[in-house]
Amino acid sequence: MANLSSNFIGIKSPNPFWLASAPPTDKKYNVERAFEAGWGGVVWKTLGSEGPPVVNVNGPRYGAIWGADRRLLGLNNIELITDRPLEVNLQEIKEVKRKWKDRALVISLMVPCDEDSWKDILSRIEDTEADGVELNFGCPHGMAERGMGSAVGQVPEYIEMVTRWVKKHSRMPCIVKLTPNITDVRKPAEAAKRGGADAVSLINTINSITSVNLDDYSPEPMIDGKGTHGGYCGPAVKPIAMNMVAEIARSADTRGLPISGIGGITTWRDAAEFMALGAGNVQVCTAAMTYGFKIVHEMISGLSQYLDDKQIGLNDLVGRAVPNVTDWQYLNLNYVAKAHINQDDCIKCGRCYAACEDTSHQAIAMSPDRVFTVKDEECVACNLCVNVCPVDDCITMVPMAKGAVDPRTGRKVGDYANWTTHPNNPSVAAE
Amino acid sequence: MSNSPLTPGIVPARLSEASYARNFADHTPALDRHEAQVAADRCYFCHDAPCITACPTSIDIPLFIRQIATGTPEAAAATIWSQNILGGMCARVCPTETLCEEACVREAAEGKPVEIGQLQRFATDTAMAKGLHPFERAARTGKRVAVVGAGPAGLACAHRLALHGHDVVVFERRPKAGGLNEYGIASYKATGGFAQREVDWLLQIGGIEIRTGMELGRDVTLDQLKADYDAVFIGVGLAGVNALRAEGEDKAGVRDAVDFIAELRQAADLSKLPVGRDVVVIGGGMTAVDAAVQSKLLGAETVTIVYRRGQEKMSASGYEQDHAVQTGVRIIHNAAPVRVIGNGHAEGVEFAYTSDGPGGLKLSAETFTLKADQVFKAIGQTLSGTPAGLAVEGGKLAGHSGKVWVGGDCAAGGEDLTVTAVAEGRDAAEAIHAALTGA
Repeated sequence: MANLSSNFIGIKSPNPFWLASAPPTDKKYNVERAFEAGWGGVVWKTLGSEGPPVVNVNGPRYGAIWGADRRLLGLNNIELITDRPLEVNLQEIKEVKRKWKDRALVISLMVPCDEDSWKDILSRIEDTEADGVELNFGCPHGMAERGMGSAVGQVPEYIEMVTRWVKKHSRMPCIVKLTPNITDVRKPAEAAKRGGADAVSLINTINSITSVNLDDYSPEPMIDGKGTHGGYCGPAVKPIAMNMVAEIARSADTRGLPISGIGGITTWRDAAEFMALGAGNVQVCTAAMTYGFKIVHEMISGLSQYLDDKQIGLNDLVGRAVPNVTDWQYLNLNYVAKAHINQDDCIKCGRCYAACEDTSHQAIAMSPDRVFTVKDEECVACNLCVNVCPVDDCITMVPMAKGAVDPRTGRKVGDYANWTTHPNNPSVAAE
Repeated sequence: MSNSPLTPGIVPARLSEASYARNFADHTPALDRHEAQVAADRCYFCHDAPCITACPTSIDIPLFIRQIATGTPEAAAATIWSQNILGGMCARVCPTETLCEEACVREAAEGKPVEIGQLQRFATDTAMAKGLHPFERAARTGKRVAVVGAGPAGLACAHRLALHGHDVVVFERRPKAGGLNEYGIASYKATGGFAQREVDWLLQIGGIEIRTGMELGRDVTLDQLKADYDAVFIGVGLAGVNALRAEGEDKAGVRDAVDFIAELRQAADLSKLPVGRDVVVIGGGMTAVDAAVQSKLLGAETVTIVYRRGQEKMSASGYEQDHAVQTGVRIIHNAAPVRVIGNGHAEGVEFAYTSDGPGGLKLSAETFTLKADQVFKAIGQTLSGTPAGLAVEGGKLAGHSGKVWVGGDCAAGGEDLTVTAVAEGRDAAEAIHAALTGA
C-alpha cells in the first residue's frame, strides 16, 4: 500500500486529503469526527475579528442542482464565516491540535483590510499551535459586501499587501485562498507570491444562482421571497477549478508556487487529477457534505491503489500532467482520429446518431435494424458521440497511423505541425 | 368463512374476508412521485426509440418519460392519450415485457428495462386524478357513425371520431361498456373499478352515446346500421369459445374460463363466488393464467394449468407464467385432455402426453389423471355471429368494405391485445374521418 504521507509547505499530514474551510470544520465536534474518519487535515472554518459574532440568515443557506437520480452535482451557499465567538473557536482549535498531533490543522482567517486587524488576529491564534493560516480572499457572498473575502481577492494589490502583513506578523506558513470570480487567476496568484505567500489554495466558490423558484419568482435559496447569489461548489465546478490550478502551475511567473487544490473533488480520481495538474494536496468540502466523512476511506484506498499500480510515489504524481497542458496553438494539427463504435457493446439507443446528425457532422450512419456505424469520410473526431454514449468505452477515438490517408480530406497523416506554422495562419503568411 | 380450501366441491367462502381483500388488491401498486422520478431518470431518450416501434399504438415513450422527469406528468399523459386513449388501462394490462420494455435499450444494457408501463400508469393516473381530459372536440360535422362493441377498439374508435366532430352511437351487447377491460381482465390488474372510471373519463369528449344491451344480429342488424349511419365500425371481439372436443366436456363443473373471469369481475362480494377445491385449467394463454391465478386466490387448494404444447409455445408471457407459479399454480406442458371423468359432475381429467413434431401434435398412449372438481376451458376464443355480408379470413373479419370498418380482436391482423385493439380502433376512426370528410 502506497505511502500517502504528505508534506505541504512543511505541514505534515498522514494523507493529502484535507477538509476545506467550510461548515464541516466549524467546530471541535465535526473536526474530531473527521479525524476519526481518517482525514489528513482540516482548514478550520474562517475566523473573523474579535467582537459581536457574525450573524447568519435563519432560512435556507444552500441551493443545489442535481443530475439523474437526484445526484447532487452543484451546491451553493450563502453562509458567512464562523458565527461562533472567537474565544470558543480558539479554545477548541487548541484542544483538537493537542489531541491530534499527526493531523494538519490550518486556520482560515478573514478580517478587515487594515494591518492592525490582521496583526491582532494573528497574535490571538499564535498559541493554538495550529500548523498554518489560510487567508480567505475568496468568499463571494455576504462578507464581500463588507470589503472582505473576494472583495480583497479580486484586487491583486490588496492580496499582496495583506499577505505581506501576515508574513510580517506571523511565522506560520501562509496559504492564500483565491477566488475564481476574476478574469485571470494568474494575477492574484502572482500577487500572493510577491507578498510572500507559501502557497495558494484554489478555488473558492463561484458566484452563482442555482435555480429560480417559478412560483415565487425568487432565486433559491429563498429567504422570505428574496434570494442572493451564493458561492457555487461541488462536482460541477471541478473543470473550472482544474483549469485555474493548471494555469498557475504552468505559468512562468508562478511555477513552483505550492498549490492546494480545491473544487468539486469527490473521489480519489478527482484528487489524483488535481495533483497531476500541480496541486500538492487537496481540500474537500461538498463531497463530505453530501456523503459524510467516510468517503475519505475510498479516497485513501483508491489513491494508494493507483500509485501502487503506477509504481510511483505521491510526490511523483504532483505536477506530472503540467508539461502536457499547453496552448491551442501548439496542438498537433496533423493528429487525425476517427470515432469507432464497438458493435458488441452498443445498446442501439441512437444517441450518437441524433447528436451527430442533428448537431454535428452527419458522420454516423443508421441502418434500418439500428446498427450505427461511423462514416470515416465525414468524421472530424469531435468526440461528441463518445460523450453522449451511455455505455462506457463503447465509442472510442482511434488515431490514424502516420502516412495513412484520411478519407475525409484525402490527405496523408503527416508529422507534428501546429497552428504557428500553418499556412492559414495570417501571422505566418505575413512573414 | 364457512368453508376452507379443503372443502370438497365448488363452494364459496373458502377464505377469510381479509384474505380476499389482500389477494385481490392491486397486483402492481402504482409508483409514487419519487419512484416515478427515479424510474424516469433511467430513460436514455433514444433516437427513433425502439420502444415506440414496439408499441402497437406508437406512443412517444421517451417524450412522455422526459415530461415526467421534468415534473409535468400531465403533459406526459397528453402525449400518451394522443396515441392511445386507453393508456391508463394499457399501462395496467399490456404485456410490456414483450412489447416496449423488451425493446428498451436498457434491457440490452443491463437486463433491466425502464419501467415504461408503470411510468405510463403514473402519468395517466396523475392526470385522471386531476380530472384532466386534454382534448377538445372539433365543430360538429353532422356525420353519424355507429360503433358496434364498446370494448377497447370500439371506445378508441368512438373517441377519435367524436374528437373530429362526428356523432357516435356505440352498441354494446353487455350491460356495461368496456369489453374485455370490464369483463375479461384479471381483477387484481385493474382494481377500484378502473375500467368503468376510464370509460366515464373517455366519454367526457362528448358526442358519444352508448346503448348497452344491444347485440348485433339480435337487437340491431348491420343493414339497418348501414342505412341509418354514415359509417359503421365493428369491434365485437371474439364472443365464441373453442370446445375441448374431449369426452365428458358437458359434465357439471366444466365451464369456459372467460365466463368465470367475467363473473369474478362483476362479483360484488368475492366470498360469495364459488370455486373448486381442485381446479384444472386447460390452455396456455393469458385467459388460462388469469383463470388459474384467480382460482388460487379464491382459495382453491390445487390449481393446475395444462397446456398441450411446450412452454415456448405458450402465449401467456413469461412474466404471467412466473406470476402464476409464484401464486401457487402448477403448470404442466405437453399434455392434452382425453376425457373428463365423473358421474354427472367432474371429478378428474385424464390427459395424454403429447409430442410436438414436424408432423403436428401427437398424443401418446401414456396418460395421467388429475383430480378436478372444477375444469376451465381456456383454449381460445372465436368469432361468433358474423353478420351477413362481411368477409371472413382465417376465422376473423377481413377488413374494411364499403361503409363498414372493422378492428380489435374480431379483425384479422395484429395480436389479440388491448393495445392492438386500441390502435386498430383509432386508425379505423381516422380512415372513417377521411372517408366522410374527404380529408
